Amino acid sequence: MHRLNVVLTTTASDSHTWNLIYLELLLQEWGHAVTNLGPCMPPELLLRRCRELTPDLVVVSSVNGLGFGEARTLIPLLRDCPELAETPVVIGGKLGTGVEDEAAEAAELRAAGFDLVVNDSDGLGPFRDFVESMCLRVLR
Amino acid sequence: MTAGAGNAFGAYVARVARAGQLVVQPRMGFGRPEAMRAGLLAVRAASVTSVGTLTVDSFTRVGLHDAARRALDEGRALNGYPIVTHAPATNRAVLDGAVGPEFPVQVRHGSSRPQAIISALTLAGLDTTEGGPVSYCLPYGRTGLRESVRNWRESCELLTRVRQRGAEPHLETFGGCMMGQLCPPSLLVALSLLEALFFCQHGLRSVSLSYAQQTDTGQDEQAVRALRVLAGELLAGVEWHVVVYTYMGVYPRSRGGALLLLEEAVTLAVRTGAARVIVKTVSEAHRLPTIAENVEALEVASLAARTVERAADDADNEVLVEARGLVERVLDLREDVGEALIEAFTRGFLDVPYCLHPDNRRRSGSCIDIDGRLRWTSVGAMPIPKPAVMGRPHSLTADGLLTSLTYVQRKFDGLALASG
Ligand code: B12
Repeated sequence: MHRLNVVLTTTASDSHTWNLIYLELLLQEWGHAVTNLGPCMPPELLLRRCRELTPDLVVVSSVNGLGFGEARTLIPLLRDCPELAETPVVIGGKLGTGVEDEAAEAAELRAAGFDLVVNDSDGLGPFRDFVESMCLRVLR
Repeated sequence: MTAGAGNAFGAYVARVARAGQLVVQPRMGFGRPEAMRAGLLAVRAASVTSVGTLTVDSFTRVGLHDAARRALDEGRALNGYPIVTHAPATNRAVLDGAVGPEFPVQVRHGSSRPQAIISALTLAGLDTTEGGPVSYCLPYGRTGLRESVRNWRESCELLTRVRQRGAEPHLETFGGCMMGQLCPPSLLVALSLLEALFFCQHGLRSVSLSYAQQTDTGQDEQAVRALRVLAGELLAGVEWHVVVYTYMGVYPRSRGGALLLLEEAVTLAVRTGAARVIVKTVSEAHRLPTIAENVEALEVASLAARTVERAADDADNEVLVEARGLVERVLDLREDVGEALIEAFTRGFLDVPYCLHPDNRRRSGSCIDIDGRLRWTSVGAMPIPKPAVMGRPHSLTADGLLTSLTYVQRKFDGLALASG
């Protein structure tokens, strides 16, 4: 399978790192090259790092409950940048605090430019499928 | 609320301890003032011996006050109370008639740049908070350790100003919780102690030392005792107590498992003579807890405390030996504890497993042994006898990591299932 260059990141307010350590290992085991940008990533810095690294895929993980809100301000920044307008961007984790309408929030994020939005209860299936299909696309 | 004597948090806990009781405390924070006030009042009204908590949201922790403002304006939920964003009058109204010497309130935040939070809480009439230059830096984001030490020095100075109005400030270390999970107890004990010494060097006279429940009760008991022994030796003339945090790692999913783990934390606290416990709720594994879930956890904890008794200390204590070695090595480096901490991390005398922070050497490793105890797999440059390597030096896999992280979850969900 094709090896993807993946940028792994989180939102500006989120300091959790076990999720990042885990996803880094997982993506590496799937055969991809991962740049783990670490916790509390300001969107402007993420934009800069993405322009330098020109990843095949950006994976955002957030579990602190503010993810839905922060993802909304994050995605236009990437999409408005010509080099990143088409780059697949995925977000997952615990994106809300439990009171949000998760389906509606996820739909809004997809409309705003995320290619895949997964929440905790979805498990890894949709993400794995997405990454595999990307590899096939790159191969063609 | 009268500004006069303030919260007297340390004195309150000491009073309860003398009466042979345990203080129970939630980890609670809501974005809206009405919800925050309702939460504090509900805890105060519960028939438990508790203190109140005002947990700050993640935006405020990292200084993104505009984002907190926007979330409030757009009616989005926050994961805590944005004490810097709400007006001082609002903060005082939230606390009015809730806080006092019979119900002290602590602000919990997790910030490596806490000056604005400290100013806001003192302005609101409060004088008690927690954290530390290492524990709110290394696992909490991108701030450098040197900057965090500077910020925490200033924060201690800001907090001690409440003495001008006759209050006695209280500060709790978060060092007993590094990363929430998979950090061997001796390092947790050492960091908790070193942060307490840092606080005292910067003017605090009333502190608490945290220790978070880990994977094995026997080992945890040694750790809390070690903390008390070392605090007794090193904190002469200071008012101090030990606070146990209910497990801070991946939590059981089931209601039964969650409550069993909470009860085990309470047992740990009572058997080892800790004065206070911070609880976790049945929703921990899933989402932020509600007020009712917090009150339930406090009730379960205080009920459990009544069924346990203080136990005698073990003669030998390997956690104490290791922790003492770490603390002594660091204190030998410099007179100034903050500078000593910076140097210790630079040279790898302190080295936190799995911590991605650039100021952490990342040469230590840990795992859960077959008997359930946390062990070193490598110690880097830390002054700890080289570990008897467990099995083969393991290369970490995603699955292997998840298996370690969910050890406690699986154990307690299993126990709950077995007991029906
Ligand atoms: C450990 C922990 C901490 C540690 C973190 C240490 C560190 N450096 O990482 C400490 C104690 C420091 C901490 C702090 C806080 N925490 Co915390 N923490 C946890 C805890 C107990 C375990 C998280 C963990 O380690 N999981 C292991 C990793 C491997 O898994 P994971 O993160 O759950 O992610 C899984 C999936 O979500 C998925 N996944 C994640 N991201 C992505 C992305 C993609 C693309 C995909 C496909 C999948 C995916 O994969 C993982 C494996 O299944 C959880 C509760 C729980 N689960 O029991 C709370 C929890 C995540 N924390 C929470 C909160 C709110 C905080 C704080 C704000 C404090 C507070 N108010 O309580 C601060 C964060 C400050 C900040 N600036 O953000 C909340 C979030 C609430 C919500 N979403 O509703 C939780 C759920 C606890 C709770 N119920 O209140 N925390």
